[in-house]
This record gives sequence, structure tokens and C-alpha cells, in this order.
Amino acid sequence: MPIRWTNYKVSGFYDELIRSTSRTRDWARPLCRFFSSLKDQELIDRKTAAELAIRSMGITFTVYSEEEGGSIDRTWPFDIIPRVIKKTEWDRIERGLKQRVQALNLFIDDLYHNQEIIKEGILPAELISDSENFREQCVGVTPPGGIWAHICGSDLVRDKDGTVYVLEDNLRVPSGVSYMLENRAVMKRIFPELFEHYSIEPVDDYPTQLHECLASMSPRKQPFPEIVVLTPGIYNSAYFEHSYLAQQMGAELVEGTDLLVDDDDCVYMRTVQGLARVDVIYRRIDDLFLDPEAFQSDSMLGVPGLMRAWTKGNVALVNAPGAGVADDKVIYAFVPKAIKYYLNEEPLIPNVPTYLCVDKKQRDYVLANLDKLVVKAANESGGYGMLVGPQASQAERRRFARLIRKNPRNYIAQPLLTLSTTPTLVDSHAEPRHLDLRPFILSGKKTYVTTGGLTRVALKKGSTVVNSSQGGGSKDTWIIDTEAS
Amino acid sequence: MLSRVAQRIYWMARYLERAENTARMVNVNAHLLLDLPKKLPLGWAPLTEIIGNTELFAEIYPEANERNVVRFLIADTRNPGSLLNSLASARENARTIRDIIPREGWEVINAVYLDTGAALPAGLAQKRRFGFLSSVMGDIEQLNGLFASTMLHDVGYSFLRMGCNLERADMTSRIVDVRSESLFLEGSEDLIPFEHIQWMSVLQSLSAYQSYVQKVQGPVRRRAAVRFLLQDPDFPRAFLHCSEQVKSCLQSLPNNEGPVRFVNRISRIRRARPDEMEAKQLHDYIDRLQLNLARLDSLIAKTYFAYQ
Repeated sequence: MPIRWTNYKVSGFYDELIRSTSRTRDWARPLCRFFSSLKDQELIDRKTAAELAIRSMGITFTVYSEEEGGSIDRTWPFDIIPRVIKKTEWDRIERGLKQRVQALNLFIDDLYHNQEIIKEGILPAELISDSENFREQCVGVTPPGGIWAHICGSDLVRDKDGTVYVLEDNLRVPSGVSYMLENRAVMKRIFPELFEHYSIEPVDDYPTQLHECLASMSPRKQPFPEIVVLTPGIYNSAYFEHSYLAQQMGAELVEGTDLLVDDDDCVYMRTVQGLARVDVIYRRIDDLFLDPEAFQSDSMLGVPGLMRAWTKGNVALVNAPGAGVADDKVIYAFVPKAIKYYLNEEPLIPNVPTYLCVDKKQRDYVLANLDKLVVKAANESGGYGMLVGPQASQAERRRFARLIRKNPRNYIAQPLLTLSTTPTLVDSHAEPRHLDLRPFILSGKKTYVTTGGLTRVALKKGSTVVNSSQGGGSKDTWIIDTEAS
Repeated sequence: MLSRVAQRIYWMARYLERAENTARMVNVNAHLLLDLPKKLPLGWAPLTEIIGNTELFAEIYPEANERNVVRFLIADTRNPGSLLNSLASARENARTIRDIIPREGWEVINAVYLDTGAALPAGLAQKRRFGFLSSVMGDIEQLNGLFASTMLHDVGYSFLRMGCNLERADMTSRIVDVRSESLFLEGSEDLIPFEHIQWMSVLQSLSAYQSYVQKVQGPVRRRAAVRFLLQDPDFPRAFLHCSEQVKSCLQSLPNNEGPVRFVNRISRIRRARPDEMEAKQLHDYIDRLQLNLARLDSLIAKTYFAYQ
């Protein structure tokens, strides 16, 4: 049977497209009408066409599997019903993200210099001294423009009353933006008629904006600075994206062995013509693997001497090493305070209420309420090291209670948000599935926010884990200007 | 251009060319055997010799019959030179230079690898094989066209053409070598007409038959065929043509004195008389040609790919 919105049950959640059963949101109405006009076979044909496009475009991500013998490429799971956000709402979110990232950059810069925020008694000193992501090597360094987190991916979620929260900030090497671009390319191939009739904000200028942002960081002032994308190689889960972005920007995609730091403390790449000077490195390698001289000495991925070149100001590293100090989930809890402290503004987008296990009182509350809370390790990402209390077994909750007591600094807890849902194609009808949104914010000479971002959706019924490595998929994200259409 | 990238373009091109050659060789051999009397000793064994993997084949398979040889050449992942492995290696190299090669090119490489994997082993069945292998060849020809028409004709393209032409020169010399050896075997008088059919198939296995007829304007004879395949300046798969192509690529690259000098040595083949050589002599001569190709390959690697 084709999609019948009367059969789509909305209860207990905020749904992105459907206000209440059989009543669509104003800005989603033409879209919902379009999808319910498609016959079963048409729906299946479009879905198949999308899968074919994804396969032939080679949109993949890499997962590691013992059984299947190492790394394997999976095609990107994609749902053809887009997620829609009204432009007026998006404009507010965009302002909030710019505010947040501006404060984060001031915050990181402060942490590596005078640490005023600690002296003022706003942030406890031990949270920084114990932080796994605080880099001694960066103390006193001032990167160009004082910018540390040039590229930030902040995860947004919506609770049942419709409020949008920042769930976390990714300041190290956030990934996913290429899927945002590719999702749009797939949709334009498969549903051209929708783009004719709707006024959908384009997303395609991200590579240009990224290039501009990177170029503005070049230490040498010249019209065409040499920009490279540094990847750990084809076995990294985000390799597709590294390659994609390099291609879109016309930058070289390099691996550690392609680069060297010469006696003049400048970075060069090895080319068929000989050595060529590099100005800006968009690095997609974690701090600890960047430079075996400064960090892990056994790293094969990095470039010996890179930190030396960076601290001397001979090369720009994007994001700057040490930027991850502010995406620690414990530090996250202090971001609203940081916004007030550095900008003297109220946060435009709230944080999810967060309990810090390092604080005795809050820890006791967490331990007593493990069945209601979500517990996260401070430095894990990708949905690992996480306990979803209400859905976990007794044994898992006991295991996490032990982990928390053993290393309280490493854990935070948050109430389980009832993440919003959106219609997702299951066979040939639509069912609600939970989702989040990862917009990307660029900070260079100017600040830029992607139009929408990457919508990730938990394809398993009832699941709230949206990570692609754990059964998540994605959707195209539409920012719709209702006034223009 | 990054040394590593140049190296991967070069190997992608070599593997693609190798895959195409392997597919064509199998198809042509099957057609040839249909025309030959059963008592001729030819069969399928020479194909494993052409790709230089007779020993590995003998380790895996008890007998060099059609089924085994075709499986070995096309689908066996234990054979590093099998069609499937060549496509996998081409794709692996392409995967790491997706920012360099045209996007459609990557899509085709990806699809031809995935489709080939999916079509096996059913695609090996006698009645389907011809169509299956033809479509693989068609895809690779399409790729060559795509590269020629959409890639920047810069340094990267030079490495692509060098890889392709070196692989072609290599394959042509191998085929001439193995085929003339087996064809020199004196059969009885009544087998002589079949020698022509066999040399026709040798030409076909290099897509050379039509060009040969146009150029030589005479019947297919061993001496003329050897001359054509090794020394024709205009036929794209002739050894001399390939080495001249490599030279023109090198001339567009920096630091090319050593490699160009070496290619000039290889191109001396233009003054040789391979068509007049006896079996053993020709075999030794081709051995030297192949050795020189291997040396050229390492010279290119040393000049442009060494990461020092």
C-alpha cells in the first residue's frame, strides 16, 4: 500500500513533518502530498534508483569487521524522504551556532594562554589539568586570527516539546559533510520535480566556503596558497570524505609519507617535480598521530616535525592541535557559561542538561538514576562508550556504575531526550524514526554555517542511535523558505 | 603532482589494461579452438604461459583444460594476475586518487569491479562467457575514452598513458613469444592451413586483425604478423608504437634524461629483424625486450615515485 498519512501515528514525539496524525506541518504539506501520490511501484523504483545512484557514485563508509577480514566499504544507507526545516527557524539556529563557535574559539584560546575563565572561578582548574585533550605542546601558541576550531560539527537534537538542543560539539576532525552534499546530489537525480516546485536552499557552496576559509589561514600571503588535505589513508572510515573534499576544492589529498618538514621548519610535499612548499594542512588525523616527534612516537600516519613548523607559524593546521579540549563532554557542560563569560550574551541554543560525575552530589544522583539517564564517556564518539539507561540490561547498568566510580572525571549523564522523529520509508509505507542534525560551522576570516547539515536517522524502529557504524542512515535536509515559494 | 598519486595513476592504468588484455585473450582463444582439429596440441595451457603463471596454475589445478584455465585467468583470486584481481587492484589504486581522476571514471571502475564480482562464477559458463568478457572489455575501453576526453592532459595523464602503454608492450611481446613458440612446433603437412588461422587469432587477441589487413594488404603470414605486432609504428598495441608513446609521455615530464635515453634504447627494435629469427633466437630476443620493459618500469619508479 502506498504512503497514507492517516496511518502514520504521531504520539509522544515531536515529528518533523507531521503535526499530529494526518495533519502535516504547513511547510511540509506539498512534500507529504507528493509522497502519498506515488504508487507502491513508483516508490520502490525511486528507492532502487537512489540505491543505484549511491552505489555507482561510490558513496561509501568504511567499517571494521573481524569476521569479514578487516576493513570493508559499505554503501551509505539513505532514506529518500527528506527532512524539512522552515527557514525562519533555521535562521535562529544559524545565529545560535555562530555564537557558540565564536565563544568556543575564545574559550580554547584562553585555555592555552592566561586561563582567565579558571582564574575567574567559572571552570574548575582540575577539569583542564585532567583533560585527555589538553595539549601542553599548544600552550602559548597563537594560531592565525586566534582561531583553533576552524571546522566545527555540532550535533543538534529536538526534544518532544520541539526545543532544539546542542547535544555535543565536534572540534577535532568532525566528519559527515560530504554525505550532506552527496545526499543532495542523489535527491536531485531521483526527484528533480520536487526541486522545481519547492524553494529549497542550496547546499553546494560548502567546498568553496571551506576552500576560502582554509586559504584565509595561509601564513604566506600569496594569491594561491598550497592547501592539502591530510588523510590517514584509505582504511579510515571517513576516507571517502577526505578524498571528496580534496577533489571538490582542487586541493592535494596527502598522506603523512607525502609530507616532510625540512631544516628550515617549513612543510613540503614530495611531487614528481621535487619538493613543494605547503601552506595550509586540513588535517583529518587526530592530534596524537600528527607528529611522532611531539606526540606518539610510533605513529606512522603523521609527519615528524609538523608541530615545530606549526608553532613557528610556517604552516596552518586546521583544526589547530589541542582544539579538542573543548569538545570533551565534561567541558561541554560549561559552554553556556563560556558564552556568557566571553560574549556577555545568553546562549541562543541551549545545552542538554548535563550531570558531571566528577561532582560528588551529581554523581550520587546519576548512580541512583541509571535507569533513567544516558551515560557517556567524556572522550568517546561514534556512539561508543555509551549507556542508554532505560534500554540497557541490569548487567550493563552495573558495569557502568563500576566504570563511573572508578573514573568519575570520564563520565557525564543526561536525561534521555525523546528525540524527534520524521517519516522514513519502510517497505512502501512511512514510519516514524528518530533523527538528529549535524550542521558544520566554518570559522576563518568570516563565519559560515552550512544550509541545514547532515541529518542522521536511526533506521531501527525505536532506536535513537544514529551513527552509521551502528545501523544509522541519513536523509537529505531541506531548509525551505516558505515566503519565497 | 604528488609522487604517490602519480604512482597510483600509473598502476591503475596498468591493471586496467591487464584486465582488458586477459579478457580478450580468453575470448579469442575459445574462438580459435573451435576452428582447430582436435589433434592439435594447442588447447588452453599456453594462456597460463602468456601471463607467466604456469607454476602457480599447476599447483592449484590438476589439468589445463578449458574450465580450469578460464577459472584461473578470470575468477581465481589466488592468481594475482586474474581478471578479477586486476580489476580489484585497479579499483584499489583508483580509490586513493579519486580526487584526481574524473568522477565518472571512478564510477565506471567501481561498477565494473562490483558487476564482475557479482557475475562470477555464472559468467564463466561457456554460453555466457563471450558476452560477459566483451562487456568487461567495453567498460575498460569506455574508461580509456573517458580519461582521454575528460582528464586534464597534464602530468597525471602522462603517467596514465605510460602505464597503459608499458602494459600493452608487455602483453604484446608475451603473446608473440608464447604463440610463436607453440606455432613453431612443426605439425604434419596437413596442419599448415591451420597456421594461418592461428596467426589470425594471435592478431585478434591483440585487436590487430583489422589493422593488419589494412596495413599489410596481404594474407596472414607468420613473418608479416611478427613484424606488424612488434615493429609497426602506427598500430596502438604494436611494441614499437607503445615504446614511442612512453617516450612522448616522458618528454612532458621533468628530470627525464635517464628514462628517455633508456626508451630510445628500447625503440631500437625498429631496426631489428625479428621476423627472420629462428624460434630460439626470437624467444631470447623477446626475453631481452621484456627485461628492458622491467628495467624501464623501475627507472620510472626511481625517478618519479621514490619518496626520498
